[in-house]
Amino acid sequence: MQAAFYLAGAVAVASTVLMLTRLNVVHALLFLVLSLIAVAVAFFALGAPLVGALEIIVYAGAIVVLFVFVVMMLNLGDEASEQERRWLAPGIWRLPLALGAVLLAGAVALVLGGSGAGVVQPVAPKEVAVSLFGPYAIGVELASMLLLAGLVGAYHLGWQRRAQRPEEEVRDGLDTGGARVAAGRDTVRPGPRRPPRAA
Amino acid sequence: MLLAATLFALGLVGLLVRRDVVFMLMSLEVMLNAAGLAFVAAGGGWGQPDGQVMFLFVLSVAAAEVAVGLALVLRLYKRTLSLDADAASRLRG
Amino acid sequence: MYDLLWLVPALPALGFLALALAGPRLPRAAVAVIGAGSVGASAAVTLGLAGAFLASPPPGHAFTQRLWTWMAAGGFQADFTLRLDPLSLLMLVVITFVGFLIHVYSVEFMWDDDGFARFFAYMNLFVASMATLVLGANLLLLYLGWEGVGLCSYLLIGFWYKDPANGRAGRKAFVVTRVGDTAMAIGLLLLFRELGTLDIAELLRRAAATWEPGSTMAIAAAALLLGGALGKSAQLPLQVWLPDAMAGPTPTSALIHAATMVTAGVYLIARTHVLFELAPAVQLAVACVGAATLLLAGCSALAQRDIKRILAYSTVSQIGYMFLALGVGAWTAAMFHFMTHAFFKALLFLAAGIVIEALHHEHDIFRMGGLRRRLPIAFWAFAAGGAALAGLPLVSSGFYSKDAIVWAAYAGPLGNGVFWALAALGVLVTSLYTFRLIFVVFFGEPRGEIGHRPGWAMSVPVAILAVLSVVAGFLNVPPTLGGIHLFDDFLAPVLPAMAHHEGGGFTEAASQVLTALAFGLGLAAAWVLFLRRRDAAARIAASPPGHAVGRLWREGWGFDWLYERVLVRPITALASAGRGDFVDGPFEAAGRAAFALHVAASATQTGRLRWYAAGLAGGSLAAVAIALFL
Repeated sequence: MQAAFYLAGAVAVASTVLMLTRLNVVHALLFLVLSLIAVAVAFFALGAPLVGALEIIVYAGAIVVLFVFVVMMLNLGDEASEQERRWLAPGIWRLPLALGAVLLAGAVALVLGGSGAGVVQPVAPKEVAVSLFGPYAIGVELASMLLLAGLVGAYHLGWQRRAQRPEEEVRDGLDTGGARVAAGRDTVRPGPRRPPRAA
Repeated sequence: MLLAATLFALGLVGLLVRRDVVFMLMSLEVMLNAAGLAFVAAGGGWGQPDGQVMFLFVLSVAAAEVAVGLALVLRLYKRTLSLDADAASRLRG
Repeated sequence: MYDLLWLVPALPALGFLALALAGPRLPRAAVAVIGAGSVGASAAVTLGLAGAFLASPPPGHAFTQRLWTWMAAGGFQADFTLRLDPLSLLMLVVITFVGFLIHVYSVEFMWDDDGFARFFAYMNLFVASMATLVLGANLLLLYLGWEGVGLCSYLLIGFWYKDPANGRAGRKAFVVTRVGDTAMAIGLLLLFRELGTLDIAELLRRAAATWEPGSTMAIAAAALLLGGALGKSAQLPLQVWLPDAMAGPTPTSALIHAATMVTAGVYLIARTHVLFELAPAVQLAVACVGAATLLLAGCSALAQRDIKRILAYSTVSQIGYMFLALGVGAWTAAMFHFMTHAFFKALLFLAAGIVIEALHHEHDIFRMGGLRRRLPIAFWAFAAGGAALAGLPLVSSGFYSKDAIVWAAYAGPLGNGVFWALAALGVLVTSLYTFRLIFVVFFGEPRGEIGHRPGWAMSVPVAILAVLSVVAGFLNVPPTLGGIHLFDDFLAPVLPAMAHHEGGGFTEAASQVLTALAFGLGLAAAWVLFLRRRDAAARIAASPPGHAVGRLWREGWGFDWLYERVLVRPITALASAGRGDFVDGPFEAAGRAAFALHVAASATQTGRLRWYAAGLAGGSLAAVAIALFL
């Protein structure tokens, strides 16, 4: 059990790191899926089979699929990868890494210094179900309302009558290159040259 | 827990580094996932189902958020034809 | 009836408040009604008071109405007390009645001006302040009115504030009169310290009781009060502001700088005449100043081209006559000349306003001509007013009042032959410049085209004043011509009649004949020089001595030049040198620091998502750190 957990953990960390450094969106998505599955395995190792199953079904199965759909709709091509390469200059990693490292150190200190909660025990799905139907029933109802809201919102936001005309985009003050859309070459274009993020 | 912390930190780094909004959303997912992991671990540590229940809620929240967020990404793309997060800085003071 | 006394200053003050607060929102007709009506109502009350006073004078010939306690601190108490006696009643009648006529005139004159309501507000405030000045029973209330009229003078001179020159003129007037006002304030302090009260009647009584004639205190107090009078009445050496004050609208010049405010100094000296009698040296100084001023200003009037400046210097000169009268002890003669001068000078200014309006704001008399047939009302007005000013024998009011002064310059307690000669010479000069003005403007070839003809609002007041300029003189006719002394009798309770000193065979009749001759000489000279042979006048003016003298006279005898060099430039240099002091530093720095903070805070609002996320991360980091270490 322990070995499975550590192995799954290592895979999760590695695949996350790989995901972050990919240039191609689809590659990154694949690594994300890998990371999610590894975490699911970790869940199984922790004795929470329900959660692990849910992780795979919902997270890896639905959410990542959503991502894939959107990426396909965006139709990002090789130019996007070029752009990512330009954006991911090495210098840009410094501050976030520093920040993340400090945060990690802090979190680790908290975890290690905190009252250890003992060895992880497996919790049966039946207990979880009972808890869900009992004390946490209202939470379930709220979660379902939230999902309904998300559904309506996403539907409304995603719905479009027709493509916005280029002149409307210009009027909105955005440099959108509407002419290029009209020309049918609606792949990702780099935006106006922006100064690097003041770090 | 350590694993959760590590994943969370990694997700944060990814969020800060990537400029493409799709990548940012993915990093967000990683962060949410890590948080859920932490919950489950803690719940297991206490031997109670509450951790897993929390994870379920986190999961549903993540699902809703991804749906809406991706719809927004689509909107942003239709408007600016780019996925640059820094381009959407009209709220600049 | 007497209880209504407080209405006389209160009605214009209410008019001022109404117009100041709501004036711009009211239609012009309403503003005119309020502005002119308040002064008209005040005039009506005044006439009622005058009627009551003449019919049945109050006990002691003075009515006092105490309104409220103004201040009471330590041993000092000053109340808002109004006092009506013949002198203040006379001043009040002139102020309100002439003021009302001028307000009616202004309705038409200022009709097209943007600042219509503002003008009437200021004028109402002026009338209220002037009424307070003459009605004040104590010197402090008088000083309040004094300052009020000074303020209104400044506001009205600079009325058309968009032109910086007008603002400069207003400032000049205010600063110069300020010099006088400061002297007066010191005088008030001195009087209070020595005599313990500022109530005028009480003060004069105590002064007469405790001070010897010629004592230092009396001289100091009288001299300081004289300083104030010099400033307000534009006499030497503080006369430089009045010609420049013509930058204001013509009705202002008529009311303030001809009829009322500039006579405040005369009123002050007449009111406190006991003090001046106690200080003969100062009284002599008053006469000397008057005599010098009347000649200097008269000569300056002779060299001016601007119609209003001629009249301004003329005002200075005529007030010099009043000062001369006060100085030689002819108190009632001074007040008589004040009254007639108010009528004919206001008339002249209003008529000048008609001419200026008609010729599209032309002020230069040598660009005017032949208006006799084209603007008859202005011509007859100038004829009446000019005759009074120059002193046309027998039929003008100015003749009687000025002759009284000329005679008093010889026969008064401090009079002597030198004063008489100067006064008579002044008559010649006055006649000369008056008729120069009339002949150049109204005779000769027509020049300029008539634009705006005066309507009834401008014509009727002018007509009334013209009539008054002719008949008002008959109130005081010298013994040689009939011996009426209604005016002297009226003022007798307040101002003692002049005591004649023993003359050396020079009779009043002789004086009158000689002054009539002076008048005639001036008229003839003006006729020749400006009507018949204009080239002669031009040649005189162009010749080197003529040119130099003309320039000297035109510049007001160099007073402006002197003050500019000796006072204005050093003080302004000192002021600009002191500008870079360090006191401004902290305040500037505070402002700049706030702005720098603003810039720094704005910089955090980049609008970029990742920046905000980083901010969040940083914040949570801080929270973790706090959790760990605290």
